[in-house]
Amino acid sequence: MSYFVDSLRQLAGLKPVKPTPEQIPIPIQLIYKEKRKTPLTRDALQAVEAGHARSPNRHKWRNRRWITLIVVNLLFVVSYVLDVQLVEGALTASRVIGFHLADLNSALQVTLAYKHVVINLLIGTLTVVVLWILLGGRTFCSWVCPYHLVAEWAESLHLWLAKHGWAIDIQFHRTVRAVFYVIFALLALLTGYTVFETISPTGILSRALIYGPGLALLWILALLAVEVLLSRRAWCRYVCPIGITYGLVGVFSPLRVQYKMQSCHHEGDCRSVCLVPHVLDVTIRGRARGLATDIGADCTRCGLCVDICPTSSLSFTYKGLEKVL
Amino acid sequence: MKETPTGRPTPTPKPRRKTKKLRDQGRREFLRSAALLVGMVGASLAGLIPLIGRANARLRPPGALKDRLDEQEFLSACIKCGQCVQVCPVEAIKLADIDDGVGLGVPYIQARDQSCDFSCDGLQCVLACPTGALTHDIDYPAETRMGFARLARPGGCLAVRGLPLKGEARGPDHPALLRFESVDRWTPIRLAEHPFDLPLCDLCVRLCPIEIRITQCEAGTPPSGDPNQCPPLHAIRLEPKPDGLSATPVVLDGCVGCGVCEMVCPAEPAAIVVDIHRSADFQ
Repeated sequence: MSYFVDSLRQLAGLKPVKPTPEQIPIPIQLIYKEKRKTPLTRDALQAVEAGHARSPNRHKWRNRRWITLIVVNLLFVVSYVLDVQLVEGALTASRVIGFHLADLNSALQVTLAYKHVVINLLIGTLTVVVLWILLGGRTFCSWVCPYHLVAEWAESLHLWLAKHGWAIDIQFHRTVRAVFYVIFALLALLTGYTVFETISPTGILSRALIYGPGLALLWILALLAVEVLLSRRAWCRYVCPIGITYGLVGVFSPLRVQYKMQSCHHEGDCRSVCLVPHVLDVTIRGRARGLATDIGADCTRCGLCVDICPTSSLSFTYKGLEKVL
Repeated sequence: MKETPTGRPTPTPKPRRKTKKLRDQGRREFLRSAALLVGMVGASLAGLIPLIGRANARLRPPGALKDRLDEQEFLSACIKCGQCVQVCPVEAIKLADIDDGVGLGVPYIQARDQSCDFSCDGLQCVLACPTGALTHDIDYPAETRMGFARLARPGGCLAVRGLPLKGEARGPDHPALLRFESVDRWTPIRLAEHPFDLPLCDLCVRLCPIEIRITQCEAGTPPSGDPNQCPPLHAIRLEPKPDGLSATPVVLDGCVGCGVCEMVCPAEPAAIVVDIHRSADFQ
């Protein structure tokens, strides 16, 4: 049960609860003790990391993810440009070989604003709920959302600039995203317009790709400029309600990243590459409460931590199917 | 913010100073977050500005939920997916840009450039709409209420001036598409590929989809043999003037505001235009 509670706390932006020494089971405490007894030298750590850097799996999940994201978005574009009617519509709502699909957050906004649900929208929304329960919820963010990809590249640029002192990282309180979520829901309900959709870069980019660019891309550029120069990945971390909607679905998903503390060196590489680093706080020495911990639903299942971990302490898991796979 | 307690010497001054620093950090973070909140909500609410004075009122696709003055329902129900854009055979539907505010991504039709000509017959855009923003309550072109045509510039109208029409309606290069029953019932062709030779211009009546349908029904050949396809009322007719050489287009109660008359009008600018805030039900 605590996986659900932890996931919801993380989605709300609350700080993870540090376990007290008494809360850590004896076997885990013994492992920590053992690790302290034989501290890893810098040279040994670098050797392990150098070995891993040469590994062919160094960018396995990132490459798979980028290809998936690009292919999914290209399917929409190609389908319209060539008029093959395979995937009709945009990311906000579409029809895939006749099946209705509706983006959960767009569907929520429209329902709150219009206060009326048409059966096609209901079908599309339920299909997407089932799909993302199976596929991990916030998996949508890192594997489908077109803004994620450009923001990811912008983040690399931000990190490079910040290293040279040309960019700063203004941080906000992480609960602000949950507050945004409530406010955008209320705005839709009270004004009767899908107010959030006006500034949603996911919808804007998806439509720009399919139906051609427009002035709305200036808003995307403004967001990216802020993220590159002023605040690391600000939109996804502190604003976007789509992430929370898919996160809530992901709470029930069996697809998770799992952390095995025994082999972990606690050197923190995973947290430095993670797009939502707070979900990996459990990898800090003294935080794990069990041998294996599932990373919470705010995780976008992007696989960057799985790729970078030199000791394979982080891996994808599918609850209930571990033995079959 | 309290001062340090007086009296007793402080045994652990370090953590306390840190606490105050942390508190300051916390306050700054709170203010920053509040500023972010106000900024983003402000940006999204700015999308409501174009609604003031109905600045973003546009001709919407058939079945769009709206009444005479208000598109509120349509804008709230539209999920901005563009599926209506994808199914339109004459590519009449465009998606609005960010200058339309909350209307961003919502479909509209620029009738003068490319109007809806009902060449789909089945109202595909209505069928494609996943949220009912284009209401599924309508089944036939004559049931739509997009607007109402109006002879806005009688002085420019060729019929009013008693002039013939020879050649293409909108010149040889205009990209507008239109279905001509006499050419191909299903495939629209370019207006430029269909020159006319008329002693008195009557394009707005001749090419009106409602009038074409009525003519077919009167001939006993409604499309697909379906009598429901027959419009109950005429949309437009040419009223001859006493001189017998000229005539005035008169818009009738059967007009649905599709915009074909505006698109095909050879006068520049168009003599006849579609009023968005009027319809056969609200005049």
